[in-house]
Amino acid sequence: MAEIPADLTVRTSEPPKLRVLPRLRELWADRQLLGNLVRKEVSVKYKSSVLGVAWSMLNPIMYLLIFSLVFAVVLKGGIPNYSVYLLSGLLAWNFFSTALTMDARSVVENANLVTKVYFPREILPLASTGAAGVDFLLQAIVLAVFMAAYRHVHVGLNLLLLPISLVALAAFTMAVGLVVASLNVRYRDTQHLLNLLLLVWFWSTPVVYASGRVFVSHKSILGVSVFHLFLANPLADVVFGFQRALYGDVGPASSPILPAVSVGWLAVLLGVVALVSLALLWLAWRWFFRLSGDFAEDL
Amino acid sequence: MAGAIAVEGIGKHFRRYRERPSTLKERMFLWRSNAEDFWALRDVSVEVPEGTTLGLIGPNGSGKTTLLKCIAGILRPNEGSITTRGRIASLLALGAGFHPELTGRENVYLNASILGLSRQETDRRFDDIVGFAELPDFIDTQVKFYSSGMYVRLGFAVAVHVDPAILLIDEVLAVGDIAFQFKCLDKIAEFQREGRTIVFVTHAPDLVARLCDDTLLLNHGQVVARGEPRAVVRDFRLLMAREDLAYGWDQGSREVEIVSAELFGPDGGAVAVFSPGDVVTIQLDLRAPAPVEDPVVSFAIYDEQNQFVFGTNTDWQGVRWPRFEGKHRVQFVLRHLPFVGGRYYVTLGVHSRDSRHVYHLQEQRYVFDVVKGDENPGLVHIPVEVRAERL
Ligand SMILES: Nc1ncnc2c1ncn2[C@@H]1O[C@H](COP(=O)(O)OP(=O)(O)OP(=O)(O)O)[C@@H](O)[C@H]1O
Ligand SMILES: [Mg+2]
Repeated sequence: MAEIPADLTVRTSEPPKLRVLPRLRELWADRQLLGNLVRKEVSVKYKSSVLGVAWSMLNPIMYLLIFSLVFAVVLKGGIPNYSVYLLSGLLAWNFFSTALTMDARSVVENANLVTKVYFPREILPLASTGAAGVDFLLQAIVLAVFMAAYRHVHVGLNLLLLPISLVALAAFTMAVGLVVASLNVRYRDTQHLLNLLLLVWFWSTPVVYASGRVFVSHKSILGVSVFHLFLANPLADVVFGFQRALYGDVGPASSPILPAVSVGWLAVLLGVVALVSLALLWLAWRWFFRLSGDFAEDL
Repeated sequence: MAGAIAVEGIGKHFRRYRERPSTLKERMFLWRSNAEDFWALRDVSVEVPEGTTLGLIGPNGSGKTTLLKCIAGILRPNEGSITTRGRIASLLALGAGFHPELTGRENVYLNASILGLSRQETDRRFDDIVGFAELPDFIDTQVKFYSSGMYVRLGFAVAVHVDPAILLIDEVLAVGDIAFQFKCLDKIAEFQREGRTIVFVTHAPDLVARLCDDTLLLNHGQVVARGEPRAVVRDFRLLMAREDLAYGWDQGSREVEIVSAELFGPDGGAVAVFSPGDVVTIQLDLRAPAPVEDPVVSFAIYDEQNQFVFGTNTDWQGVRWPRFEGKHRVQFVLRHLPFVGGRYYVTLGVHSRDSRHVYHLQEQRYVFDVVKGDENPGLVHIPVEVRAERL
């Protein structure tokens, strides 16, 4: 059989099969489009607003105010340097929830593009996630300011948890993001359902409360270890990683703030979560890729 | 010469919903009962050799846009295959991807990258793009403040500067002002000289004849004619004329009814295509169940721009029926058709002499085409005899 020249494109009625490397090359070739779409998301968000990007930074500060108040007044036994504790977990959570909310709408909101121009559809949820990444960086600055103000920095092996957590977080977010983006094209219920789900998910993830104390006070529910229940939540694992890396205080053994496990143990856990998330990402990508051929028709 | 686009037996079906379900509940309970598949394209094959221009015409909903979308890779066909060679730029909608909140400049970069241009390439062509769109004063204004013409200019300017091998155009030229349309047509001609391949959808038959090497006529998703643009445009007109017989307004008390009506050519056969100078007969069969006093039968002819061209009635022509009852046949014989090429619509009516009572009116229900020779442009056809002698 004659070799097909590189500039020849053949399309048939077969749903396309994802081949990861060539597709990655294609996406790489479109990296400037991705950059432009991220820039669009960010600048559209803050066009005609006086405070602009400051709004992104105000969000975690609002959380901080509210929960500091709740903890000081309602709950006894505060967490030392609560602002750093809250913000380090919130940093991961906000990225996850912002990205998913935007991902879900990414294809639908760009219907105008999808039905008129051909380009790799993955770019849309990727761009939304990228825009959430910009928020992440801004909120990281807020966290850094608080860490500096309270001189609360743990320099040690624990910092190594940060890159592993980031990989796990990005892979898991992207995997779920691709699924919700494609589901939402057919079922607009997805975006509403997602909001409810995120609310439950937020409280199942130890961002505002001290997980270590929960494990001490509630060892098990119906015979299942509470600690293991939390571990089954990938976001909780990632948040553990962020908190251990950036907040660092495990606290006294009688009333721990973070799960009383070693840094090495956490690193292995997060490595596993990262690998599983990458596998999920691959599956989600295949699913998205299969459906993306019909997006233009369904919108 | 290799084919830039080869479409082989493609078919595309859509699901037609009476109302499109978009929530889970609607989808679970409605989709079976409410949906039916229909083929928007069926068994379409076409090869476009490199450097040629294919015109795509057909009535609304015949599948033109769907075919372009399949070629562009936006839609996946359900049958067949499509092979394309080289970068495709699709102008299915100008300024698709323009974001109203962004400035013209930001949108140029965004749109260019969507169409596959790198930042450096866009930098290099930026001045050309803005120059072509003639919008230097507005380039840093948010696009939401543009007029729709300005929007289209910028969209077209970006699209023609992305250097595609294949350009797909879906009737987008009609939006700009005349000066800009000429500019666009010049640009298309330049593309043709540069040997790019173009597929061009339009509802303007003269553009097809002017720009295309080859033309494809689609109807209900199938290829009905293919070949030399003028011939295919003619087929298209005939097709429309035939289909139009089904439409038109029909009103009146029916005290006198137009049972049937026909147009006859010079040789007496019922046709819908004439030549200038032909003898044309408009024949109506009428019926009045009960006696009607002094009815008037009239006809009127309109051109494509809906201009009233000519009309007359039995009263003016001195034919009267004091009592009209039963079946009658009325013929208007137009001795010499003074029309130039184009499409004409005929209104027929029966009414009282003071026009207060309309018995039956069929508004522009009948259609005929006049096919002109190239040699007589203008508004009317006047038979001319040339006399020349040497003095
Ligand atoms: N995404 C879709 N879902 C369902 N039906 C569709 C979809 N897109 C097009 N159709 C249907 O397919 C048929 C062909 O549409 P298409 O847009 O190709 O027509 P067209 O020839 O471009 O018409 P026009 O001259 O009006 O532009 C129409 O009946 C249209 O309703
Ligand atoms: Mg169309």
